[in-house]
Amino acid sequence: MSTTLIADAPVEVDAEGFLLRTDEWNETVAQGIARANGIPELTDRHWLVVRFMRERFLETGTAPSIRSLGKESGVPIKELYQLFPKGPAKLAAKIGGIPKPKGCI
Amino acid sequence: MTELLESHELALTEPATIEKVSIVISKGSLEGIYPGLIMANGARMEGIEADVFFTFFGLDAIRKGRFEKIKVATVGNPGLHMPTLIGAIPGFSWLVTRMMKRQMEKIDIPPIPEFIELVGDSGARLYACKATVDMFDLTMEDFVSQVEEIISVGEFYEKAAGGQIIFT
Repeated sequence: MSTTLIADAPVEVDAEGFLLRTDEWNETVAQGIARANGIPELTDRHWLVVRFMRERFLETGTAPSIRSLGKESGVPIKELYQLFPKGPAKLAAKIGGIPKPKGCI
Repeated sequence: MTELLESHELALTEPATIEKVSIVISKGSLEGIYPGLIMANGARMEGIEADVFFTFFGLDAIRKGRFEKIKVATVGNPGLHMPTLIGAIPGFSWLVTRMMKRQMEKIDIPPIPEFIELVGDSGARLYACKATVDMFDLTMEDFVSQVEEIISVGEFYEKAAGGQIIFT
């Protein structure tokens, strides 16, 4: 656990860089995390996935699986991997300011 | 000695990562196929490159008309904790398979056809084993569209170069 500066805002993150407090998140922080993780600019399609992840987590307390991400976010699996090549669920969660998904699927 | 310590410390500061896995699925039962698919999907979710090589009865997982009918092996499976003779009762395998599928659906694990599609769409490459294909007299026509090609063991090793091989 440590405090770091993302887009000039001090935020608490875990060892892998996931925000520890969902209320420290905003769109500028999201852009900052995206840039640091190899996505220079978040497109509307990225935002669709990031918001879906975040809203689902805030509603249910767990991040959606890649399966439900593909079925319900409005972005199909193939495109998810194009948008987030280093792992859609993990990266969208990180950018969305929620904990790393724990499920195996 | 100091040099050794320094290089050791250096190694500690940069944790090793897995960049690529090549998974072999060699069994045709439900419990034989799922672990390999879960590992392949899990690799892609971590941004790890994944190849899946289906061999022997594992080929059923990518065969049209068969991959929707995969069953739990109820005979000779000590993990079920049931006498083998009970496992052999007609319909028993069907029942256990249905129960297990229901449990899997609960934790969001897709049925095999959907899982093959998910793994294929995630960018994992699926291959059929040439020796088995020849043995069972099969062609590409027998496989689902996610299968990239039929390859020999030698080609499998070529493709697996630089990664980890996992046999299931």
